[in-house]
Amino acid sequence: MSKDNIASAELDFNTPSAKRNRSIRALKDKFAAAGIAFGGISVIVAILLIFFYLLYEVAPLFESADIERWQENNQQVAPYSVPGEGKTLYLTMEEQAEIGLRITDLGQLVFFNTLNGDVIKQETINVPAGATVTSFAIASEYSGIFALGFSNGEALVFKQFYKSTYPNDIRVITPEVVYPLGAEPITISEGPVDVLALNGGEDEWTIVGGQKSKLTATEVTLSLNIITDEVSAETNSFALPNMNISAKKLLLMPDRSWMMIASDGGKLGIVNMKAEGGPAITQLIDATTGNITSFEMLLGGNSLLISDDLGVTSQWFLVRNDKNQWVMTKVRSFENGNTAVSSISIEHRRKGFVTISEQGQLSFYSTTAHRTSLSAAITEGNADMIALAPRSNALLVEQNNQLTLWAIHNEHPEISWSAIWEKVWYEGYEEPEYTWQSSASTNDFEPKYSLMPLAFGTLKAAFYAMLFGTPLAICGAIYTAYFMVPAMRRKVKPFIELMEALPTVILGFLAGLWLAPFMEVNLAGIFVTLLVLPAAIIAFAYAWSGAPKSIRYLIPDGWDAALLVPVIILATYFSFAIAPYLEQMLFGTEMRYWVTSELGIPYDQRNALVVGVAMGFAIIPTIFSITEDAIFAVPKHLSYGSLALGATPWQTLVRVVMPTASPGIFSAVMIGMGRAVGETMIVLMATGNTPIMDVNIFEGMRTLAANIAVEMPESEVGSTHFRILFLAAFVLFIFTFMVNTLAELVRQRLRKKYGSL
Amino acid sequence: MRQSFSEWTKSGAPWVWLNAGAVAICLIMVIGLLSLIAVRGLGHFWPADVVQGTYVENDHSVRLIGERVQTEIVPAEQLRGSGVTVAENVEEMHRSLMKVGNRDHGGTDFIWIIDDFLGNKEKPEMLFTAERREWGNFYGYLRGIKEEGKLVASHDGYESSPEYQILWDALQNRIERVTSIQEKIDHIEKGEISSINYELERLRLKERSLQLKEVVETAPYQAITDRRLELDAEYESLQSELLALYKAINRDSITAEIANGQVVELKIAAIVRAFLPNDMGLGGKLVHYFQKLWEFVSTDPREANTEGGIFPAIFGTVMMVLIMSVIVTPFGVIAAVYLREYARQGFVTRLIRIAVNNLAGVPSIVYGVFGLGFFVYFLGGHIDDAFFPEAKPAPTFGTPGLMWASITLALLTVPVVIVATEEGLTRIPRAVREGSLALGATKFETLMKIVIPMASPAIMTGVILAIARAAGEVAPLMLVGVVKLAPSLPLDLNYPYLHLDQKFMHLGFHIYDVGFQSPNVEAARPLVYATALLLVIVIALLNLTAIQIRNHLREKFKALEM
Repeated sequence: MSKDNIASAELDFNTPSAKRNRSIRALKDKFAAAGIAFGGISVIVAILLIFFYLLYEVAPLFESADIERWQENNQQVAPYSVPGEGKTLYLTMEEQAEIGLRITDLGQLVFFNTLNGDVIKQETINVPAGATVTSFAIASEYSGIFALGFSNGEALVFKQFYKSTYPNDIRVITPEVVYPLGAEPITISEGPVDVLALNGGEDEWTIVGGQKSKLTATEVTLSLNIITDEVSAETNSFALPNMNISAKKLLLMPDRSWMMIASDGGKLGIVNMKAEGGPAITQLIDATTGNITSFEMLLGGNSLLISDDLGVTSQWFLVRNDKNQWVMTKVRSFENGNTAVSSISIEHRRKGFVTISEQGQLSFYSTTAHRTSLSAAITEGNADMIALAPRSNALLVEQNNQLTLWAIHNEHPEISWSAIWEKVWYEGYEEPEYTWQSSASTNDFEPKYSLMPLAFGTLKAAFYAMLFGTPLAICGAIYTAYFMVPAMRRKVKPFIELMEALPTVILGFLAGLWLAPFMEVNLAGIFVTLLVLPAAIIAFAYAWSGAPKSIRYLIPDGWDAALLVPVIILATYFSFAIAPYLEQMLFGTEMRYWVTSELGIPYDQRNALVVGVAMGFAIIPTIFSITEDAIFAVPKHLSYGSLALGATPWQTLVRVVMPTASPGIFSAVMIGMGRAVGETMIVLMATGNTPIMDVNIFEGMRTLAANIAVEMPESEVGSTHFRILFLAAFVLFIFTFMVNTLAELVRQRLRKKYGSL
Repeated sequence: MRQSFSEWTKSGAPWVWLNAGAVAICLIMVIGLLSLIAVRGLGHFWPADVVQGTYVENDHSVRLIGERVQTEIVPAEQLRGSGVTVAENVEEMHRSLMKVGNRDHGGTDFIWIIDDFLGNKEKPEMLFTAERREWGNFYGYLRGIKEEGKLVASHDGYESSPEYQILWDALQNRIERVTSIQEKIDHIEKGEISSINYELERLRLKERSLQLKEVVETAPYQAITDRRLELDAEYESLQSELLALYKAINRDSITAEIANGQVVELKIAAIVRAFLPNDMGLGGKLVHYFQKLWEFVSTDPREANTEGGIFPAIFGTVMMVLIMSVIVTPFGVIAAVYLREYARQGFVTRLIRIAVNNLAGVPSIVYGVFGLGFFVYFLGGHIDDAFFPEAKPAPTFGTPGLMWASITLALLTVPVVIVATEEGLTRIPRAVREGSLALGATKFETLMKIVIPMASPAIMTGVILAIARAAGEVAPLMLVGVVKLAPSLPLDLNYPYLHLDQKFMHLGFHIYDVGFQSPNVEAARPLVYATALLLVIVIALLNLTAIQIRNHLREKFKALEM
């Protein structure tokens, strides 16, 4: 600016540069406003994302299955006529669902392309001259081992087998047939083999076959000659006694101790093959009022599935009763809407199966979850045969000599509301139970995804923590806010709040490695302290009130807490010192041994008591801080009024201050509980992490949070287990969010109320 | 005048006293806990005297050498029950945990003994302790020094003498020599060879990426092959250098007599430090103590984390917290500024404020699960597909790592920063803002030049509290990037220097891992206490700073609020 302008004393705000400057500033302001709004909103959205993402991961668990015609290169695969000749005995597919296998009553194994029915390989097995195929049996879907029985009393066992090679980086699958018990049929019965069953593994096999009421069992033992590298089979046949049942179909369990016989009129016979005094029928049950239409074993060979012409499929397994006998029991059944089940196919990797009814109604079931994940009409009229692919992603349907390939999306059938929150009768269990057992080493394991033991453990840990922490925190807060001298309060409050920042991993480590062993040895001491401490405090207080004024006036009111510190330390020391003598006197042994031997309560070193103390310690500062604020914020004139009317300080506190502050205390307790429920490290380190449901204070537990920390790193991405853990996280999220929101709303109302006072 | 008890009770005084008791109990617990950690943690580095004695139990007598770790009282009843012969009139006995070391010879480092059964207790000055790279501590008498298998010096007897002193000094010199060779080896192995390996891996990825892009010219491939040959040659020469160093380091060994009288041979290369604890004065012990303390915070762990230092864990924690604060500060401040200064105050803002407040109370493991699912598998997986196809199927960002851990914790702590900043913004009087606006400043200028500077202490408080929370959080980290032993630090001299995709070590997780997953919990325990102490100190300091700043801030604004 030049001097003339100043001289004229008139500033020109509208020079071009000033104008430009102003517009740039305005623009900057606008941009900043937009930028901050964008940034702020996106941070808030990111926070909301947690909620939606957890939901997104959990949602597929509850989706129902869907089925559609298989698409290849965006073209629907058309039905094709059944490859090969004869009547289909069994239909299956290999791992990738690229090749199908059809076993016919002419003894042919036809491997075909599942997309167009082109025969890839056809192998005719060694049917004895002059004989015909009379029966078929399968060891298990998973093993792919089958047997055919012939009219001359012989049977042949064979296995499907697929080899994958990668010439030119393209996968080529070559089907093969192998004969585990040799390529020559084995004689297993006199007369035609009308019914047949086999099972076994490695080098021990049992085959049962024969006519309706005349059965023969054959045990086959394979031995490998080390020198010639040849496998030789040794057979041992014996006739089974007449069971007074006419067998329509047979099944043999993998351990070969039990045989199940389906008979006319819905009768089911259970045979104990290894009973003392030879095989004997142990149960004869009317499995259904209708007729049995299919009779299969579920994956793992523990459960029996019986379908009937009334449209019901029921699951049965052996349950040990109170007399220590195994009894075949009907566990659950699946309804299909009153139309007869015509064909069934068992899942290869999961505890589930598919049925199709005479009217073409296809249903997907999961046994553990007792859930029907899909029910859809896919054919008109009766289908002859259905077959699931090993990965349960494809289904072949045979009808009127036509095969149709369907694609299935059925990711998580084993989850249902009842599987997670209700008692489930798992295979081999004596009764329905809540169990969490997510993984095992074997393929045919039944995953047990009940969140109940975990939710129970979470609440149990939180309960004991609250039991220990809440009284201490609230009483402490009352004293600090209402009675303590300000000088001391200014020191004590930040100190206890500092505790809140103490990493829980440190508390957990101390609880697990120091407190747990300490408590195990000094269990009686802990309980003695609980009794002695309040008594000692009251005794000291009374003595103090009677002390000469000259001593009493040395310490002004409001310093009581400081006075009590040595008293408490001495009382605690005294309790631990006398505890061993007391327990010798009362129990004659250490309290811990007395608890286990006399009361019969199991004692874990890392138990709920340890967790209660450690986690109680962690929640004290949270509850303390909020309660203290709430009490301190009660307007002083209220208590002055009460005191002026002659109430004692304690009466004022109980009748005036506490009612006013009670919503604040409630919200403190809620927030403390939220913290106890979600705490991970302390429970992870201070409990044994066993998912049991027991209120016993001397036993451990596993909480939802600890379970996530333990199992998440090992779970396969996208699997049911993975999503269940997300569900656990979602449950925790919702629970704590709701508890905290409730507390926050209560606190805000309280604040408004004080505003008016 | 003395009140009667019932009158006294009626006044409510006992209740007041009980409440006072609750505060006192809380205080005692906190102080007790902190002192427990401090005593156990700091005590570990003190060179304890080594006791020698004859232990007689059931007519069976052995010589014992070891450090007493812990003593407790047990009822005689219990001992009789476990088959120990105890005299009739004895009610209870003292039992001690002794650290006898020599795990390679005795099998265990720790044994429980009954104090009364240990006779002829003495503390021979000649007894030495050796800290070793593996197998834990060694206790014994130095008997001789060997060079390439030949004895060059030796000494017998149990009394200290000038000759023994010479032998001892010779050992110290040789340990120094070995240490300097070890440093060279470490430099080559961890420095040069690892950077060669790193470059080789990068070359492999580069080649793969060329193949993926279907580049047909041979020049780029040739360049890679040439460089690879160069590196291989370099590697060879380093390898031979290493061989020579290993030969040199394994030259010397000592012979020493252990508790059972056996004379054993010990490679000097295996010894980190040897000292005569019973011969040390207070000064010597203090020097040793601080040396050990320094070693603890500055060196790498040894023996499955049960010995040595925790430097990588400290470094990992600091790196993670730094990256986290770089992320959390701007986002937290922007969100708070938006909520307080820009958004229309109403029902929705109130709702958001409650939600933000509550997120601070959502269990940290939930953030861990979210981080693993969303950041690691979802975002990380997509980043890998887009930018690192050459490394597939090995994931680069599609696996837990430093970056995801930092972001997850940033999300976890963002509510803390938002709440603190908002509080700071509320405290700034309207008049200040209105003054600025009246002078013609835009809203943004007011914000940047007046409001934010005034709120900066509050922002600082928020960030410090966030850091304190992040430094102590373990549960979510277990899912998104922490490991028990990271092969290298996330910051080194290999391009791009900061490795955001690497896994890292963390103090809190270190405590969990060493305390609960370690094969030798007894030996590891003191180290866990020391680590816990360090973590507590760091977090307490951070919190105290935050409290100081907050108090300062309140004082400052008191003048403004009239």
